[in-house]
Order: sequence, then C-alpha cells, then structure tokens
Amino acid sequence: METVKTTPTYEAKPGKLQTFRTSAWLGWMIESNWTDPFIFAVYSIIRPILTAAILIVMYLVIRGGDFSSADFVNLYIGNAFYILVGAAIQRVSFGIIDDREHYRTLKYIFIAPLQVPVYLIGRSVASILVSCFSVLFTLGFGILFLKMPIVLAEVKWGLFVAAFFLGMAVMMCMGLILGGWTLIIKNNPWSLGDSMGAGLLIFSGAVFPLSVLPTPLQWIGNALPISYWLALIRRALVPEIGRTYPMYTNLSDLQLLLILLAFTLLYAVLAVVVYKRFDIIARERGNIDMVSNY
Amino acid sequence: MALQTKVTRNSGVRLFLQTVIGRAYPRVIGSQRDPAWLFFDIFLPFLTMVGYVYIYRALKAPEEYIGFVVLGSAMTAYWINILWSMSSQLFWEKENGNLALYVMSPTSLMAILFGMASGGLFSTTIRALVILVLGNLLFHVNYIITSFWALFLVFVLTMVALYGLGMMLSSLFMLFNREAFHFANLLEAPVMLFSGFYFPVSAFNFWVAAAASIIPLTLGMDAIRQLVFPSTAQLGFLPVKLELIILAILSVVFLGGAFFSLRRMERLAIKQGRITDRLG
Repeated sequence: METVKTTPTYEAKPGKLQTFRTSAWLGWMIESNWTDPFIFAVYSIIRPILTAAILIVMYLVIRGGDFSSADFVNLYIGNAFYILVGAAIQRVSFGIIDDREHYRTLKYIFIAPLQVPVYLIGRSVASILVSCFSVLFTLGFGILFLKMPIVLAEVKWGLFVAAFFLGMAVMMCMGLILGGWTLIIKNNPWSLGDSMGAGLLIFSGAVFPLSVLPTPLQWIGNALPISYWLALIRRALVPEIGRTYPMYTNLSDLQLLLILLAFTLLYAVLAVVVYKRFDIIARERGNIDMVSNY
Repeated sequence: MALQTKVTRNSGVRLFLQTVIGRAYPRVIGSQRDPAWLFFDIFLPFLTMVGYVYIYRALKAPEEYIGFVVLGSAMTAYWINILWSMSSQLFWEKENGNLALYVMSPTSLMAILFGMASGGLFSTTIRALVILVLGNLLFHVNYIITSFWALFLVFVLTMVALYGLGMMLSSLFMLFNREAFHFANLLEAPVMLFSGFYFPVSAFNFWVAAAASIIPLTLGMDAIRQLVFPSTAQLGFLPVKLELIILAILSVVFLGGAFFSLRRMERLAIKQGRITDRLG
C-alpha cells in the first residue's frame, strides 16, 4: 500500500517578499477602506497641518510673522518630518495591538508559516506611505501659504534620498523593537508608541536644537539616529538654512551620513535580537492572544 | 419546605446612584491597581509638556508662556480623557460586546455615562495635578491666584460642561464603526490648536476664538490663565465673569443634549437592534 506523505514541504511557505507584499496590502486596506478616498485624504491631511499650526501660532505670538527666518524654517521642516518618525516607530506596535485586540487575528498570524517581523513591517508600510503624503502636504502648505524658502532646484536630492531611506530603515528597526516590547505589555499597550513619539520629539532636535536641553539630556539626543537624520534632511532640503541650525555644525554631510549608516546597522542587529527575545517571552506568557481592554 | 429568597431590585434614584458608583469604580479603583498608568498617563503628557516648554525656551518667550504650557498640559489630560474614555467609550463597549448588555439592563445609559464621567474626572484630576506639580517643580512656574473662589467655580463649570460634551459625543460615537478611532484621533489636534492649550486664545481673531468657545476648555483655560497669571490678564479673550456665564450655559446645553441624544440612541438600539452590534 502506498503511504501518503503528510509532512508539509518548506517550499510551500510564502517567501519574505510575498509576506511583505500581502501584509502591506492588508495594512493599506485597513488604513484606507473604512471610508471613501476623499474623506480619507482629508483625515490624512488635517491632523498634521493643524499640529503644525500649533507651532506656527506659538512662533507667531512670540516672534511675529517672519516665517522665512532660519529659526522658523528649521523648526517647520523638523516638525514636518517628525510625522514620519511617529509613523515608522509607532505603527508596528499599533499593528500588533490592532491585530491582537481589535481583529483578534494575531494568534493566527503567529501560527501561520510566515516570518512575523516581516509581516509587521509590511503591515506598517501603508501608514508610513500615508504619513509621507502628510509630510508633503505640510511642506506644501509652508511653501504656499507661509512663503517658506524651499526651492526645489536647490535641494540636494542625492543627499536627501540617501538620508531619507537610511532614516526610514533605522526607524523601522526601532519600531520593531518597540513592537516586540508591545507584545509583552499587558495594560495600556497603545500608550507605549505615544510615549516614545513624545519622548523622541524632545531628544531628536526636531523642533528645537539639543543645545536648549540640559547637558545630560543632550547626550540622549546625540545617541539617537533621528537627530542626525533630521539634521541631514534639513541640510538636503534647505542647504544654507539647514547649516545654520545649531546642531552638529562641526560635522560634514558625509560624516553625518556615515553616522546614520552606522546607527542603521546597529539598530538592525538590535532589532533582530531584541524582537526575538520579546517574542519568546510573549509566547511563554501567553500574551499573543491577550485582550487588554477594560 | 422550600426556601424563598426575596430578591430586592433597586429602582429610581437608588438604581441611578448604584449604576454611577458601579461604573465609576473601575475607573477610580481598577485603573489605580495597575501602576503602568503612572508611566503612560503621566509620563506621556509630561513629555509633551517638556517639548512645548523647550520650544518656547528656544524662541526666548517670556516665562509666563512656560506657565501657559504647564497649565495647558495639565488640561490636556481632561481633553484626552473626554475623547478616548468618554466619547469613544460606548464605541469600545460595542466592540467588546458590553453595549448590548448596557442597553438591556434595567438602568439608564445616562447613569452609566455619569459613572464613567465621575470616575474619569477623579482619576484624570489626579493625573493633571501630578503633571502640574512636576511642571512647577521642573520649570519653577510662578502662580499668583487673584481669586480662589472664582478659580474654583471656573474649574467646576468647565468640567461639568466638558464632561457633558463628552457624554453627548459618546452617544454620537455609537453610530460610528471603524471611523470612530480616526474621528477621535482627528479631534485631538484642532481642539488643542483652537482652544489655545499652549498660547492665549486671543492670538486668533475674535470670531475664530468665539467659535472655539463651543469647547468648554477654551473659555475655562482662558479664565484660569487670567486668574493665576494676572500679569498676562490683557491677553485674556473675554472678562472672567462673562466666561463664567457662558460656561454655565454650556453646562446646561451639553448635559441636556446628552440626555436627549442618549435617549434617542437607546430607542434606536432597541428598535433597530443594530447600533449595539459590532460590525467589524
């Protein structure tokens, strides 16, 4: 009698690319299909514009309406690009909470033959893309209505692209570390991403230079890749004004880029190790199908 | 011989109060049992406050503005509580399957919302006080209270109107499905901007500030600023007495609105049987 082979073949597993593509598509559907495209666009634009408007009014009441000054341009660009920091770092953990507590599908994802970190990163890509549009609209608003001196012909595109993608990579690694941590938090896990977003705003030099902070806090900022990333983005978008920002003035663009590259490699290793550890703890404690709402 | 146990069932005011206490309990006691809130509910707004303080420091703003930020950050705790733990709470209850039980129970939704509001107000006040104290310790804000009773009255009326608004919004959130999260998220930034959490609302033109006054925190914070930072009283939007009258009117309007809209939603929920269902 012929025996039936029941052992699944490993070739049947979806590859990383397929997992990434499918989870990115799923993330996009979850992000966008709760309403029609127009309302979705309005929702995506209004929040970042109004958050920027808080800073605009703060600047206005203290310094008056000179929006082309170097101080304001640096503040505005830092704030606009910080939207991406929030999205890249927080979205992995929000994806975990959403899948675990709202859709209650995380347990199925974990037993499915796929690489969970790849799924989680793919799941967060949609909201990062939406955030990219938010950044564009915020910058566009600044150029059109505040007459900010961002001239496309003067942008250092090579530096911008290199810095942008390195920054996104390192922030996704940070997101994965945070996501792993979210897996083992029993109460208020959604606050973790928010806390991190608010904390990094202080230490990243996004809206004020690190020199304003007390010296020990400046060290924290200098140990974060985001500070270097934002400095590079400023120098790429508005080269002359960006250089006046009192952060890392003694470092060249190339040196900053190399520091960012080193951080990216370091965080990539950290993300793999730390996520794996949190994953094991979460499985042992039975946190994968936990619902923490009360 | 069969034993007969007499079951007493509360009704009227007694049932109402019992419900209020029952729903407030998890917010007052339950949340304190988990020390994680110390980190998330205090540390997070505290970090945001520090960020805004240093923006003003970088802009070399007068010290009173640092006080505005500390005060605004403490009040932020209430707005966040209104948005996420009042307005959207019935939506979360729907998600968890509790809402249908609430509607079926012999008590009123108004009592349940009163319970949520009073419990939320208590725990949020503790958080706001901690933020205020930490902010003062760290940034040495100098308060000069010109009238304690006026300050107390402003705070009480602001909270009554604010939680009334939260109760009214919660009935509207019952109509939402997945958009509830996005809508609550969307409401955060405009209110923080137009209510002047970090700067005097008089920075806007009169009509913008007047429209923003529909949110009780706008006038509440403006009045509190005038009462605790007398040196910046000229930045006030309206006289404190007028703001008190408007806050009193808003309290009545929002509590009345909450009563009627909740009654309507309750009827709809029973009649159509759809509002309490989780649609995914």
